[in-house]
Amino acid sequence: MYEEPILRVRNLEKQFGDGCKHCMQGAIRNLEKNYCPACGTVYACQDISFDLFPGEILGIVGESGSGKSTMMQCLYFDADVTSGEVYINGEPDLKDQNIFELSRQQKRYIRNHQYGMVYQNPVHGLKMNFSSVGNIAEKLIEAGNRNVSEMEATSKVLLESVHIPLFRMKEEPRNFSGGMQQRVQIAKALSNNPPILFLDEVTTGLDLSVQASVLDLIKRLQRELGISMIVVSHDLAVIRMLADRTIVMLNGSIIEEGLTDQILEDPQHAYTQQLVYSLL
Amino acid sequence: MPMLEVVDFGKRFTIHHLNKTMHAVEHIDFSLGRGKFIGIVGKSGSGKSTILKSIYRTYLPDTGQIFFNSERFGSIDLCNASEREILYLRKYEIGYVSQFLNVMPRTTSRQLVEKALLEMGTTEKVARMEAEQALNHFEIDQKLWDTYPNTFSGGEKLRLNIAMATVKKPRLLLLDEPTASLDQQSKIKVREIIEKLKADGTTLVGIFHDIEFMEGLCDKVFDMKTRQLIWEAGISNES
Ligand SMILES: Nc1ncnc2c1ncn2[C@@H]1O[C@H](COP(=O)(O)OP(=O)(O)OP(=O)(O)O)[C@@H](O)[C@H]1O
Ligand SMILES: Nc1ncnc2c1ncn2[C@@H]1O[C@H](COP(=O)(O)OP(=O)(O)O)[C@@H](O)[C@H]1O
Ligand SMILES: [Mg+2]
Ligand SMILES: [Mg+2]
Ligand SMILES: [Zn+2]
Repeated sequence: MYEEPILRVRNLEKQFGDGCKHCMQGAIRNLEKNYCPACGTVYACQDISFDLFPGEILGIVGESGSGKSTMMQCLYFDADVTSGEVYINGEPDLKDQNIFELSRQQKRYIRNHQYGMVYQNPVHGLKMNFSSVGNIAEKLIEAGNRNVSEMEATSKVLLESVHIPLFRMKEEPRNFSGGMQQRVQIAKALSNNPPILFLDEVTTGLDLSVQASVLDLIKRLQRELGISMIVVSHDLAVIRMLADRTIVMLNGSIIEEGLTDQILEDPQHAYTQQLVYSLL
Repeated sequence: MPMLEVVDFGKRFTIHHLNKTMHAVEHIDFSLGRGKFIGIVGKSGSGKSTILKSIYRTYLPDTGQIFFNSERFGSIDLCNASEREILYLRKYEIGYVSQFLNVMPRTTSRQLVEKALLEMGTTEKVARMEAEQALNHFEIDQKLWDTYPNTFSGGEKLRLNIAMATVKKPRLLLLDEPTASLDQQSKIKVREIIEKLKADGTTLVGIFHDIEFMEGLCDKVFDMKTRQLIWEAGISNES
């Protein structure tokens, strides 16, 4: 390997429920999709391992319920993992430290300084009754900022960079269209200059022209700021446009990974083939 | 050391829903020195594109080896290289050109060529200059520079493709039937372009429909039917 990953994810597991004899014996879980019919436990993420490299966009594609959002929530510490490890490269103190084992406070530090998150649903990423500037200031305060006029200036620059008109910056995002809300979320996620950005279905549900402007924005962030991103989408067209490498998830597991053009032109797994052929 | 050495290469495709596996190509061997041009000929479906796409790793190779003499990594087997290594090589050392233009939407021709340079770390000023040079060099009309290429003619798309690939000055350039669907005039232009690339020392692998078109350009010709070189400069000059 000629370069170091910025993020290493190893054997991440997330289950909802305690499991039973039926699903906990040995390596084979006897599930229906991701679900144990005997006890009702959902195995939302199963043995997820991958690397994220500096400056790359890694695509995650999979059908509804395949565990994409759950995985993102685990990475961002929104949800506790059942087991697994994540290593982050960049903070010398954290070298070879499984960050899932850190204290609450240390996790908050990573969230505030290393990570940005854009949620599938803007309601989770924005306070709808704060102004857009206020939303960004909130994140800046979390990251340790205290200077009000400086924060306001930073917020303006960020909102401008995602094309929110100046005269609407004091407005509450609940008045905004879906595309504008996603752009405010992106501005907020970028405000602490994170080297790693998580984007969960950011364009889903937006109409095509708005979708295009958000995709262009993401591409620009990669090109100009060199941010490493994990982009989740169930839409292969979005993945094709953004991602250098792609991971395919099914029922909580990674079933295939490869260069994005290879996944699209020479898919190996039966499920990926079905996914790709339905696109053509 | 050859620039490219293909050793007992084979590629199968398995289509799961048809429960079918087929050999697209088997037992392919050839090698190519720096600055040389090998032409691959064979009838439609014989596996020419499969070889090229496997070298570029758009297809996942399954048997054999493909050694590439990389500036960054030394001799590297493209069949086993990591995805990140392949992405590096695509950015700096290996180009791929077909008759199809597969680019970011909503990006002008000028931006596309500049992007090819910027992603290699070229400064904006130099990228702008070199992009204009390349667009001129490949005779793309100035009024097309700041428009989106989705409405370009076949020949214009091809020349833009070649401009994007060659501004990077790749060590190895893969050409998959770049002249298909072009008129005679445009074909001759492509031939001139290839001559220039060769003169610049680029190593080339090319697929062409009509073998006459390659006359005098190729150093070797590989025939898919016999899996042999049918012609090699300096070794046999008949036919
Ligand atoms: N809090 C929870 N309790 C129980 N099951 C859950 C919970 N959250 C998620 N799941 C289950 O985990 C699985 C993965 O859900 P997740 O939201 O990660 O899917 P997704 O891939 O993001 O799907 P979509 O494309 O629809 O957003 C699903 O089976 C879901 O029902
Ligand atoms: N992505 C693919 N999936 C399945 N089969 C393929 C794929 N690409 C090529 N093939 C098959 O492999 C064989 C060789 O095709 P190809 O390399 O395109 O031939 P050529 O370029 O010589 O016309 C053909 O039978 C073709 O149908
Ligand atoms: Mg989701
Ligand atoms: Mg072909
Ligand atoms: Zn169970």
